[in-house]
Amino acid sequence: MKPNDVILHSVTKAAVVIILTFSIYLFFGGHHNPGGGFIGGLSTASGLVLLYLAFDIETVRTNIPIDFKKVAGFGVLLAIMTGFGSIFFDVPFLSQTFGHFDLPIFGETELATAVLFDVGVALAVIGTAITIILSISEDG
Amino acid sequence: MFNLFLMGCLFFLTLSIMAALYRVIKGPSMPDRVMALDNIGVNLIAGVAILSILLRTHAFLDIILLIGILSFVGTIAFARFIERGVVIERKHIQ
Repeated sequence: MKPNDVILHSVTKAAVVIILTFSIYLFFGGHHNPGGGFIGGLSTASGLVLLYLAFDIETVRTNIPIDFKKVAGFGVLLAIMTGFGSIFFDVPFLSQTFGHFDLPIFGETELATAVLFDVGVALAVIGTAITIILSISEDG
Repeated sequence: MFNLFLMGCLFFLTLSIMAALYRVIKGPSMPDRVMALDNIGVNLIAGVAILSILLRTHAFLDIILLIGILSFVGTIAFARFIERGVVIERKHIQ
C-alpha cells in the first residue's frame, strides 16, 4: 500500500520556513536578548530534522548537498580562527572587539567580532546534531 | 487581585497537566500516550506565558515558540514511529 503524506508534506513546507527564520532571529538576537549560537544552531537543526522526518534521507540529501561532518569541522575552525585573529593585534587570545559602522540599509549598526565566534559555535552545533541523528537512523 | 487570578490559572493548568499525566501513565494504547504528551506541551506553553506575565518580563517569549516547535517535531516523530515503525526513512516508497 502506498502511503499518502500530503498533509505532512504541506505543513512541513510552511513550518520549516518559520522554524529557520526563528532560528536566525534567535542567533542574531543573542547579543542583547536570550538566544545565541547554541540555541540558534539547535533550532536550525530541529528544522532540518523536521525535513528529514517528513521526507526521506535521499530526497533531503539531493536537495541540500552538504556534508554535515564538514560543517561541524568548519565551525570549530572558524571559532579558533577568531581566537587567533586577536593575537595579530597584540591582545590576548580570544579577545573580542566591536565598532559602530554606517551600513547602507540598516543605518548605524553595531558590529562585533563575537558574531563570528557565534557563527562557528552555531555551525558546530548544527553539524554535530545532524551527524548524530543521521548516523543513528542509518539502517534503523 | 490580578496576580491572584494568574495564580488560579496556573493552578488549573497544573490540574490539566496532571490529568494528561494520568493518561500518559494509564493510557491503554500508544497513540493515547502521544496525544497526552502533546497536550502537556500545549499546557506548558500556556504556563510559561502566564509565568512571564506574572514575572513582568518578555525574556520567556522565545521559549514559548521553542516549546511549540519541539513539541510539534516530537509528536511527528512519535506518529511516524507508530505508523511506519521507522522514524527517518532512507528512501520514500513512490
